[in-house]
Amino acid sequence: MSGPSTYVPKWGIAKWMDARLPLPRMVYDSFIAYPVPRNLNYFWTFGGILMLMLVSQIITGVVLAMHYTPHSTMAFNSVESIMRDVEYGWLMRYMHANGASFFFIAVYIHIFRGLYYGSYKAPREVLWILGCIIFLLMMATAFMGYVLPWGQMSFWGATVITNLFSAIPVVGETIVTFLWGGYSVDNPTLTRFFSLHFLLPFMIFGVVILHVWALHVTGQNNPTGIEVKAVQKDTVPFTPYATIKDAFAMICFFLVFSYFIFYMPNYLGHADNYVQANPAVTPPHIVPEWYFLPFYAILRAVPDKLGGVLLMGAAVVILAFLPWLDTSKVKSMSYRPLARQCFWAFAVTCIVLGWLGSRPAEQPYVLLSQIFSALYFAYFLIALPLLGLFETPNKLPGSIAESVLGKMKGGSAAAVGAAAASEPNTKG
Amino acid sequence: MNLFRTTLAACAAILIGSATLPAAHAAGGGTKPPGYAWSFDGPFGTFDRAQLQRGYKVYREVCSACHAMGLVRFRNLSQKGGPEFSEAQVRALAADFKIMDGPNDQGEMFERPGRPSDAFPKPFPNEQAARAANGGAYPPDMSVLAKARNYERGFPLFLFDILTQYQEGGPDYIKAVMTGYEDPPAGTTLQPGQNWNKYMPGNIIAMPNVLNDGQIEYPKGPDGKPSAPETAKQYAADVTAFLMWAAEPHMEQRKRIGFQVIVFLVLFAGLLYFTKKRIWSRLPEHAPGTH
Repeated sequence: MSGPSTYVPKWGIAKWMDARLPLPRMVYDSFIAYPVPRNLNYFWTFGGILMLMLVSQIITGVVLAMHYTPHSTMAFNSVESIMRDVEYGWLMRYMHANGASFFFIAVYIHIFRGLYYGSYKAPREVLWILGCIIFLLMMATAFMGYVLPWGQMSFWGATVITNLFSAIPVVGETIVTFLWGGYSVDNPTLTRFFSLHFLLPFMIFGVVILHVWALHVTGQNNPTGIEVKAVQKDTVPFTPYATIKDAFAMICFFLVFSYFIFYMPNYLGHADNYVQANPAVTPPHIVPEWYFLPFYAILRAVPDKLGGVLLMGAAVVILAFLPWLDTSKVKSMSYRPLARQCFWAFAVTCIVLGWLGSRPAEQPYVLLSQIFSALYFAYFLIALPLLGLFETPNKLPGSIAESVLGKMKGGSAAAVGAAAASEPNTKG
Repeated sequence: MNLFRTTLAACAAILIGSATLPAAHAAGGGTKPPGYAWSFDGPFGTFDRAQLQRGYKVYREVCSACHAMGLVRFRNLSQKGGPEFSEAQVRALAADFKIMDGPNDQGEMFERPGRPSDAFPKPFPNEQAARAANGGAYPPDMSVLAKARNYERGFPLFLFDILTQYQEGGPDYIKAVMTGYEDPPAGTTLQPGQNWNKYMPGNIIAMPNVLNDGQIEYPKGPDGKPSAPETAKQYAADVTAFLMWAAEPHMEQRKRIGFQVIVFLVLFAGLLYFTKKRIWSRLPEHAPGTH
């Protein structure tokens, strides 16, 4: 995609460096000259936003770790001391806690963008799978991070989720004891979760580098789903076009993020987590953070514990198989009328599952959870494999440039449209 | 544009759909608290110094008999954004308490008057002592109580709350419980040590009604009248505001910086938007006259 490097070192030191470690060349090729489809919409800015969120989480997290005490008798009070006595400690903590939520908001938009525009299809399968791995690592990191304040939800959330592993036949109990570092969630659990919570973000960072590398090999997908045909016509250089657009989107995202940090800092959290962990008192409802609720609903939809765990795991893992489950040759759902409807039904299904995850495990919620879990999997296992075989896609534009110019002006669009008519229609 | 419309339609459909489903049970009953007006509501809300000072008096004379508040220190009482007692007042308030300190050079523990750096002393040495003195119930530490209590808002209120910035669920609940004591409905018999409260989830509460009209004397104004009504309602409001400050002592700073950040980001976003437009207009098909 990037093609041969067009970097020409200007200064002496740049030439010297280029001959030894061509780091400036890499930056130039990846973030300045890198050709970007010209028709990307604002849903494509979430990759950059996610990078920003990861960096923000790491910076605030490192500062918090300087003041935090990972011990079951002191963790809760050390977090409160950050809130009260550390200069701007409240800002660091609220940025970090809300940052987790906004990280997930961004990643869900990013994933759904990929689903809608078929970004998982050839040649981007590896790129997509790397994204799935990042998502999995994010979930693990967020889960362990939520345990650290050692509030009631921290403790009981950890108890419920780690207990899931006991459903695994034969070795389940051993795994749970190993995770806990003992026979219940206690200080050893907290200390190992703290250690791993510090480690995992850097593993995420590593996979993100691979993710961006894979992206720069295949190039970005775009709203038409058509690959770049002529770099000159179909793309614009990353800088300044994508950089300025990404910067604008990032600031807008931070605007919403700041609104929550400064005005609604506890809106996305749970009041029970301001009560110190108490193994003797179970909260009336144990609910995970909002971003896990759809998966929590799928877990509880199955009456059998092992079955629930497997189904919940499958709900995440199935994403990685998407490149082969979707049989359509057309990437973008803008040109797939039936698939588009299924996509929106799927999006609604996810929201309903999220709501069901927040309800107590009783009727009618259990039945609804079962219905919507079935719908969730139907999208991957029935809709996408079959639609590719039966659906007749709409006519695709001839090229990216044509799709942009066609929209620009009515007059020129007609002329371009005539050219497009000669292009063969790609049927799925 | 089409994509946005479809998104909106989908969201609307799901919201309407979920509204028709039965609301979740609150944890075993308990009326939702009414929404009270607080000086710290909204993006520019601040604490009322006089109210926090009165609230401290209620805490000192009533609550502190049973409830600990171990995360708050006397020096916090003179910090900006709080009750803002003078430092001399704080020294006097702290000296009012006897604090166990030590060991001294002889290895003995000793009692001394409190200092501003001391945390609010706890009424009981441990949980067991607290339970023994309170008929088996454990009065919770009140340091972050205003953030540790809430009630379910339900759909669609919880979405509107984002726009109205409603986050006073904790204070509303606490004030409601403080003033929500009633005789149990006919046919309900309470065990000794149980009380009936309209707003408590499950309605049974171990804490008795502790606030009565005229019980606490408020400082007098120049006209010789108390600076605020000496009623149970007012006491409840004042001590709740005090608890909110104790739970979120930097709230005023947070909202003040928040406003600066938002204004900065809006301006910055505006500049970036126009820069972006300008840069993208360089592309040939955007320039006038090329087609």
